[in-house]
Amino acid sequence: MSGGTGDVVMGDVVMVRTGIYHDSVALMRVSKALTELPGTEVAIVAMATELNLALARDLRFDLPAAGPADLLVAIRGHDVETATRELDRQLAALSSSRTQAAAEQPPLTTRSAARRPADVVLVSVPGEHAFAEALDAVQSGLPVMVFSDGVSVEREVLLKRLADERDVLVMGPDCGTAVIAGVGLGFANVLRPGPVGLVAASGTGAQQVTSLLDLAGTGVSHVLGVGGRDLSAEVGGLSTVRALRMLDDDPATELIVLVSKPPAPEAARAVGEVVASLRTPVVSALLGEGDLTEATEQALRALGRSVPEWPAWPGWSGKAVTGTVRGVYSGGTLCAEARLIVGRGEFVDYGDDAYTLGRAHPMIDPALRLEALAKAAPGDVVLMDVVLGHAADPDPAASFAHAIARCPATVVVALVGTEGDPQDLHRQAAALREAGASVFTSNAHAARHARDLT
Amino acid sequence: MITVGAGLLQEALEAQAVATTPVEWRPPLPGTADALARVLADPRRTAANERAVARLTSARPHLVGVRRASEVLDLDGRTFLHAGPPVDWERASGPMRGALIGATLLEGYAHDEDGARSLLESGGVRLEPCHGRRTVGPMAGVVSPSMWMFEVRDAEHGGLAYCSLNEGLGKVLRYGAYGPEVLDRLRWMDRVLGPVLSAAIALTGPIDLRALIAQALQMGDELHNRNRAATSLLLRELAPAVVDAAPERAAEVLRFVNGNDHFFLNAGMAAGKVSTDAARDVPGSSLVVAMARNGTDFGVQVSGLGDRWFTGPAGVPDGLYLGAYGPADANPDIGDSTITETSGLGGFAMAAAPAIVRFVGGEVSDAIAATRSMYEITLAEHPVYQIPGLGFRGTPVGIDVTLVARTGLLPVVNTGIAGRVAGTGQVGAGLVNPPAEAFTRALAALADSV
Repeated sequence: MSGGTGDVVMGDVVMVRTGIYHDSVALMRVSKALTELPGTEVAIVAMATELNLALARDLRFDLPAAGPADLLVAIRGHDVETATRELDRQLAALSSSRTQAAAEQPPLTTRSAARRPADVVLVSVPGEHAFAEALDAVQSGLPVMVFSDGVSVEREVLLKRLADERDVLVMGPDCGTAVIAGVGLGFANVLRPGPVGLVAASGTGAQQVTSLLDLAGTGVSHVLGVGGRDLSAEVGGLSTVRALRMLDDDPATELIVLVSKPPAPEAARAVGEVVASLRTPVVSALLGEGDLTEATEQALRALGRSVPEWPAWPGWSGKAVTGTVRGVYSGGTLCAEARLIVGRGEFVDYGDDAYTLGRAHPMIDPALRLEALAKAAPGDVVLMDVVLGHAADPDPAASFAHAIARCPATVVVALVGTEGDPQDLHRQAAALREAGASVFTSNAHAARHARDLT
Repeated sequence: MITVGAGLLQEALEAQAVATTPVEWRPPLPGTADALARVLADPRRTAANERAVARLTSARPHLVGVRRASEVLDLDGRTFLHAGPPVDWERASGPMRGALIGATLLEGYAHDEDGARSLLESGGVRLEPCHGRRTVGPMAGVVSPSMWMFEVRDAEHGGLAYCSLNEGLGKVLRYGAYGPEVLDRLRWMDRVLGPVLSAAIALTGPIDLRALIAQALQMGDELHNRNRAATSLLLRELAPAVVDAAPERAAEVLRFVNGNDHFFLNAGMAAGKVSTDAARDVPGSSLVVAMARNGTDFGVQVSGLGDRWFTGPAGVPDGLYLGAYGPADANPDIGDSTITETSGLGGFAMAAAPAIVRFVGGEVSDAIAATRSMYEITLAEHPVYQIPGLGFRGTPVGIDVTLVARTGLLPVVNTGIAGRVAGTGQVGAGLVNPPAEAFTRALAALADSV
């Protein structure tokens, strides 16, 4: 604001500003805002009409000459400086608000957002609030991926029953990955389009299978996550059954891979009946009945395609191996698979709820795993996963290279990703190898390597 | 694709060139998470709300008569009705007491102010909320037996609702004034206005208030703080019949109606009441069927919870003041006129009324933003009440308690401001924030009812 003349008298500020006009209602609001400041006793911001000048004179303000085209400001108080700053802010806001069109109201709920065209809803609010948003999606007839964990199993069942009524798919809760028509939701690798459809009760399990398929030159149609509890007795495979049927109806899907922990018997029966009724062949990758790499190979063979050597960059750390295998994982299924293969040692899934309370997922925030690397003892083997793809750490090798290089233990990395991933699989592998780790694109191979070292 | 939650996941979609609609999510009102989850999981809720809001928006209020309160409201044994949730003399605010004193004098239950006070203090007049008697009253909303009432009938569901006749602005009973000029005007209304309007409406037959309100919205009214168009339209409907019914009184009656831009408000309130009453008592529904203030408490009623009130302290409106009055002279929020907002008008239809935008912040864009924000907490868009400036979008209607709790957005309420001291009258007009606890208490009760 320029063109003002300041005149401070015993806690009074009187200014006359020219070239500014605002209507009286707008200025009443400014006066009110200034008067409400703790350091202000009274403030008059008004056009300098006779009436307003008289008002100010009645309050014993010492006024310079001014006319109705001038803006009169008279402020009294012990902190007139704050009031003057607020005056400038208010007047600036008045000038800009006139030129602004009425802004669109952003949607505050999924229900409101669903008034606009949409195909899918992705929910990742804190678990206790996720049910409301997911319910909105289902009731709007939209498929929903619930990335959030911490939704009770009762609500999961309710949500999935409602979804059956509305004929939509609920992916999750605690669904880490999905790929729908080439679009990755949550943690998802960049995959080429192709004939394999996945139904996955395990996020990192699905990432391992699809990444290996991609490395073998075979793409996917869709990856439909269902959430880790879908095949429990309580949920009974409600989403798995729906997802299987959806992929069966999808002309682009020639083969379905079902990735899960071994299902509860009730769910296994329900799913088994559906699998038997499908036209599309189904390969099951059930953890414990085989590993994810074997299931991927089985899928390739079912398609009549050859199984390649899975890329690996093994090395000799030069460090003696005398201690235990320490699994330092970000993916729950990868951790479980490795534990089964190694058969001993200490395995921690840092993606578990217990470690993600109040902090980001270890695929994004490496802090806890960096600590674990630093604490490993000489003679140990650290077996860890590094998962690439959308939403994951943009350069995990850079995050871990220093810690791996300084780690007194031998480090073996399962690097889950594709050549299309934004992090660049080969650059990541080279950097991890450079830091001294042995790197495998197959988690099972990495685990066997670690096992065989000890 | 709609995303709600972590920005990182939304960014990952944008990196894939996917068009996203991010939800501006915020945690629900403090302490409501458990109740929300229980209410949202209630299998009855969705269908119940659909049914309740369909009844609200399909109501077809018609002005069918003007009748004495004593004839239609069963006010025997010295009963007065008042605005808002239940309140007694002890807790009644200045303007409520003033209006009760005025009504006591009007009915001849006492001969002077002191007599009226002691009668009311001793419980000599029974006080009941208007809402429990199919009635609404603006500001203090005091209804006494001799008053004439608009009678509004819902041609769709058959309900009836009542509201007193509007006295005008300034020193009037509903704002708590009870001086001689106030009582003189009420006696004239009793003697002349009521009987003439009653006879006129007998001649016109039912007047379709739904159609009239729809037109008034398109003429710049929001039907709470601006009723200029609606009053004009009603006057056009009534004038010939008033002349036919009472040629010798027609000029003074029409002059009175014409002199008060808010004359229609009371008929519109009865229209709102009969519509929201149609939506009552649907088990499991979280739809708000009444918001009302008695000058002390702000109360809401919910379709699935019968006639229970859920209250919080009434706030002092934020507004513009008449003459030398200021916020220190203002009484906390008062009146049943929030039935307009409850039925999708008033503050909810602010975008239709650019002429009065100064009440919501001074700019037309603020009025539009106020209306747009209310779509976030309502279940429907009104099929007939439309806003030209929003591309004839229906007004947001049907406040859902769960949406209020989830978004933390409280209903936008336009209101007149009554003077704090009994007898003062109106001191201003503006906006008021309802207390969040009225809604969170209703939500808790819904959770208990699951």
